[in-house]
Amino acid sequence: MKTEYLKYIRKEVFPTAFCPGCGHGILLNAFVNALGELNYDQDNLVVVSGIGCGGWIGSPHLNVDTLHTTHGRAIAYATGVKKANPDLEVVVMSGDGDLATIGGNHLIHAARRRLPITVICGNNNIYGMTGGQASATTPKGAKTMTTPLGNEDRPFDLVKLVKGAGADNVYRYTAYHAKQLKETIKEAINSNEFYFLDVLTGCPVQYGKRNNLRDPMKMLDHFKEKSEFYKDEYKNDKIMIGKF
Amino acid sequence: MATEINKVPLKEGKYFMQGDEACARGAIAAGCTFFAGYPITPASEIMETIVERFNDLDRTFVQMEDEIGAMGAVIGASWTGAKSMTATSGPGMSLKMENLGLGIMTETPAVVVDVQRTGPSTGQATRTAQGDLMQARWGTHGEHEMIAISPWGVEEIYYETIRAFNLAEKYRTPVIVLLEEATGHLREVVNVKKEVEVYNRKKGNDTPPFGGFEPLERVPSMPSFGDGERLLVTGSTHDPNGYRKTQDREVQEKLVDHLRLKISENLDDILEYEEYYTDDMDKLIISFGFAARAGLQAVKRARNNGEKVGMLRLKTVWPMPVNKIKELGEKVKKVVVPEMNLGQLRREVERFVKCQVVGVNRADGEVIEPEEIINKI
Repeated sequence: MKTEYLKYIRKEVFPTAFCPGCGHGILLNAFVNALGELNYDQDNLVVVSGIGCGGWIGSPHLNVDTLHTTHGRAIAYATGVKKANPDLEVVVMSGDGDLATIGGNHLIHAARRRLPITVICGNNNIYGMTGGQASATTPKGAKTMTTPLGNEDRPFDLVKLVKGAGADNVYRYTAYHAKQLKETIKEAINSNEFYFLDVLTGCPVQYGKRNNLRDPMKMLDHFKEKSEFYKDEYKNDKIMIGKF
Repeated sequence: MATEINKVPLKEGKYFMQGDEACARGAIAAGCTFFAGYPITPASEIMETIVERFNDLDRTFVQMEDEIGAMGAVIGASWTGAKSMTATSGPGMSLKMENLGLGIMTETPAVVVDVQRTGPSTGQATRTAQGDLMQARWGTHGEHEMIAISPWGVEEIYYETIRAFNLAEKYRTPVIVLLEEATGHLREVVNVKKEVEVYNRKKGNDTPPFGGFEPLERVPSMPSFGDGERLLVTGSTHDPNGYRKTQDREVQEKLVDHLRLKISENLDDILEYEEYYTDDMDKLIISFGFAARAGLQAVKRARNNGEKVGMLRLKTVWPMPVNKIKELGEKVKKVVVPEMNLGQLRREVERFVKCQVVGVNRADGEVIEPEEIINKI
């Protein structure tokens, strides 16, 4: 990160609350780099978040207007902000438990409306802050605090969910793909359309320790090896990334 | 000064209208520019009027995917500088409670209308009740003050909705307007004035954006998103600049004190009530909303029979005018509390007066008749 991009960061809130190895930091870094490369007007940007680790990516780290809301409702608050003042650029950045589990209703309706906001899901497949419970994106078979014998339920594929709800601009990246992620964030905040970015951030501490991915480098290698850019075929045994 | 005169879009004159419609038109007169709603009986007519008028006035309406989202959108919109509102009934009110608490915590002006119907749960959508009195006060978790007002007729709904906006803007807090199905669907004449006095929030940055600084009762100024203040708005415990303090005992204590004191230190401005025949009485009726209409009829009939009965009608139900209740309670030997619930106001009154307190109660979806009150006097 270039030093002039530090204007987008509240330095006084560091050291960050994120655990060592948390992929949310990579998402935050990509977001700040995107703002920096665009020399984005930080006084015309509102970042809205909900509850959980993902709710801390934008607020308090970003030095812009931030709204840290109730659990699952970030998109609903963002709807009010954007509808009441369409000149503001509105980004929702939160986690999978927040946006896709308790708040799933708002996510599909924002996609249905094609509300001109950017929704970024820092998807680490688990409730991290509360100690590692299964979320709606925890893979089948994965171990969590609440699924010690392996998750019996199928997860949401957020790309398919949001596409199915009517969105056009749907992307997925992992923490390994920070550069592509940054480019898509730039595209999203320069547009006036609904964008959804599913970002697999990885949680070495709560998810990794129970699923043989405790080492953050191992988690990143896992993302690198399992990922494949989407072209024509959606492969269910891969992490499909790119534009859908 | 933040008080201004708003020209009312509706031409001045007498209008025959429904309570729900009067509520919407009062909101428009107060300068409400954002409404988020969700369909629910018996409150939908508020949304219906808003949709029709906002279309002409170029203001923003959004039908949300649920009641929770409507309350969230209202708070989000308020931070862009919009006077914002939502309206619902019991089941929706229950759903809004968490976000209402965030409105209190983030000191966000908003008006929330609850057109009460019977409960619990789905209850009876088209039958009237006053069963949400305590929910209005304590429905959201944690220590807080609440402002809730309860008009008793259609014209008063129009003007009290304007007052609700003024209080919300002045004290930077959500304000609840408690209607009942009976008042919401009542049709009466409203005298619409050409202009109304409105209070618009203090903007700018002459104070930190949130309370907790000294003096604690001072209402902070409220910048909007996009003003360049780079606001940290959070439902977590925060210092006056919005920084989260999730472990700090002193910040929590000061913030809660501030949220309470900015209301409890200004009761003279917030409390409104009406007294009838209280100069010369030995029995007192205390009531609110639609039930107070039967209360006043009962007072008049009892007076015709030579009985010395007076009435105190609460327009502001929360905070409650405790000193007034105490003062009047000392003058009488009996207090009668008619309400369309099973004693929510009566239990409050019992805490403040020493004499006998009896209730006149219904929770069967019917209104209280004056005879029922007279029988208890």
